[in-house]
Amino acid sequence: MPNMRLTKLPAREQDPNVRNCNFEEVSQGYDEAMAIDEAKRCLNCKNKPCVNGCPVNVRIPEFIQLVIEGKFMEANEVIRSTNALPAVCGRVCPQETQCEEKCVRGIKGEPVAIGRLERFVADYAMTHGAVSAKPLPDNGKKVAIVGGGPAGLTCAGDLRKLGYGVTIFEALHTPGGVLVYGIPEFRLPKQLVRDEIRILEDLGVKIETNMVVGRSITLDELLGEEGYGAVFVGSGAGLPRFQGIPGENLNGVYSANEFLTRINLMKAYSFPETDTPVQVGKNAAVVGGGNVAMDAARSAKRLGAENVYIVYRRGEAEMPARVEEVHHAKEEGIIFKMLTNPTEILGDASGHVVGMTCVEMDLGEPDASGRRRPIIKAGSEHVIDVDTVVIAIGNSPNPLIKNTTPGLNTEKWGGIIVDECTGKTSRDHVYAGGDTVTGAATVILAMGAGKTAAAAIHEELSKK
Amino acid sequence: MYRIVTKRALHETVTLMEVEAPYIAKKAKPGQFIILRMDENGERIPLTVAGTDPARGTVTIIYQKVGYTTRRLDCFNEGDELLDFVGPLGTASHLAGMKKVAVIGGGLGVAIAYPQAKALHDMGAEVDVIVGFRNTDLMILMDELKDASTNLYVMTDDGSNGHKGFVTSALEEQLKAGKQYDHVIAIGPLMMMRAVVNLTKQYNIPTVISMNPIMVDGTGMCGSCRVTVGGEMKFACVDGPDFDGFEVDWDEAIARGRMYRTEEAESMERKACNLLNVDLQTKRGGN
Repeated sequence: MPNMRLTKLPAREQDPNVRNCNFEEVSQGYDEAMAIDEAKRCLNCKNKPCVNGCPVNVRIPEFIQLVIEGKFMEANEVIRSTNALPAVCGRVCPQETQCEEKCVRGIKGEPVAIGRLERFVADYAMTHGAVSAKPLPDNGKKVAIVGGGPAGLTCAGDLRKLGYGVTIFEALHTPGGVLVYGIPEFRLPKQLVRDEIRILEDLGVKIETNMVVGRSITLDELLGEEGYGAVFVGSGAGLPRFQGIPGENLNGVYSANEFLTRINLMKAYSFPETDTPVQVGKNAAVVGGGNVAMDAARSAKRLGAENVYIVYRRGEAEMPARVEEVHHAKEEGIIFKMLTNPTEILGDASGHVVGMTCVEMDLGEPDASGRRRPIIKAGSEHVIDVDTVVIAIGNSPNPLIKNTTPGLNTEKWGGIIVDECTGKTSRDHVYAGGDTVTGAATVILAMGAGKTAAAAIHEELSKK
Repeated sequence: MYRIVTKRALHETVTLMEVEAPYIAKKAKPGQFIILRMDENGERIPLTVAGTDPARGTVTIIYQKVGYTTRRLDCFNEGDELLDFVGPLGTASHLAGMKKVAVIGGGLGVAIAYPQAKALHDMGAEVDVIVGFRNTDLMILMDELKDASTNLYVMTDDGSNGHKGFVTSALEEQLKAGKQYDHVIAIGPLMMMRAVVNLTKQYNIPTVISMNPIMVDGTGMCGSCRVTVGGEMKFACVDGPDFDGFEVDWDEAIARGRMYRTEEAESMERKACNLLNVDLQTKRGGN
């Protein structure tokens, strides 16, 4: 008999007032007994709506049944057969709009905590010596992957399993993309990302770091003299957007990319033991309402800012951030200034931020995005005292590959144009997926795109 | 890992290194830069490519020991390896079509001005090189510059070489004497480049400057290197580092260059003993 409790079993968490001073992981997940208890809430539906909600089609009821039986290693194999990064997905996927949204248990009560179960299984397997599946014998064909983020890693893993020689070209000094430079340690421990990547390397995926495709080597050279049969471009959306208001170049103003890269990739939280500094000051404002804004705000708090504001021009209901992230941020003492829009950042004589002028907004009719359009409230101008401002209003695809690859068609805003079913671009043998195609989206959608492209590349190259 | 094949002190505070990086050696053009990181906890620092040897697969960098990272870098020796070395980054200088050029370098900027002067000279352009140092002890690349220029003018702040003054005084002297340049290229400290631009504006000579702001990734991802040019926000790492000197917001660039002064001092102070240890090891022949 399934466990008919209406609510998810909560995961263990660090106390908010302890964790807002450290960078250790907020959620400590389930132990074995908790996992089995939660797994028993699954009805093992015949039509498996949850699987359709997952961009990489993890065989969810199947792995959950194995969890009930305590067969955690077997459960891990089921997950890994379609998902190259389960320990990551279990932590950062927006399950509430994917698998869990489709869960029948969610009709009356809360859905099964699929994300927490996936995380438990992946973590269990990693600490109990899971052996990665053997790839098929080498087929002598080579594929190049541009960018070692979620899309590229997934595409690489899938193709390697099929016997291709796969090399990932990563621009930074560490592979992982947004998983290492963007998502903070307290949400996704970097050791875990390294472990996931090591599993891919054990499989035989080669990783060349410090290779900026478009600069160190071009896409045409990869397809030409370097002898790759196909290239997958998963170079992400790394170009930060600014608001275009006065004062954005003052000292103390960061793009979220810079702020988070300094902290996560360069470990500025350990400065001066590590060499890269970051400034948070006493009062920090983060402009934006997405997950990146939450990450930046919670990082600023941990680095010692007394008051950290989320400044967002729409209302809380319109915020694109996950409900769980907003909840965690509030618990940690982040101050939410909703319906507030910055109009100018103010500096002192030395060129450092001292304040931010904002206006209050009302919500009007829905705009093209379906969200209610913010309108300035007359006479609402006011100044917030801040010495750090982090702009987290989104990123566009980096134009480097577009600019150095003749014949690669892109949208006006920079996204590479692909056939959605295959990831094929306007250039022969070139595929693309993830944020470089969609603009900033989620880890799991990028992984899904990597998977789609891997299948299409396999189809093309196996014909030869 | 990237092996250091040559290390040569140009004078007490400036050092030249050749580093094995075949892909970069094949690709780098004047005006481009690399980013290096020494070890796991190290900073990513940008350094302009001062030369390449594609046959040997090496890239030349020249650095001045100013902060913690460059001092630590100077503790590395021939045969040692740098953890990360990535490039070539940035847009190469647009030198095509330049015929009569004054290339101006100040201090360490001379190391960056040299490849530009050499490229122009190799293209057959008439190149006047004007360089400035604090004193004769700090002069670098004098033979190389002589070979890469039509005329070489060397200035010292203290007049120790018999030519006292700034690079701008030498440039002004040439212009006043009726020398015509179709372009001026100025590379060095922000204050020097601004002074050159203030002068060339009066003569309406298009002036290219090279920005060297604080960077993290160097691929357009972080925006740390943003600079206002012609009222627009530009990223020096991808849109530059060369820009039209007349259009640069110098006050802003100077302020941004000072952003981490406190942290830099803290880093030096907190890790001084660290440096001393490495220094000692190096002197004992270890490392």
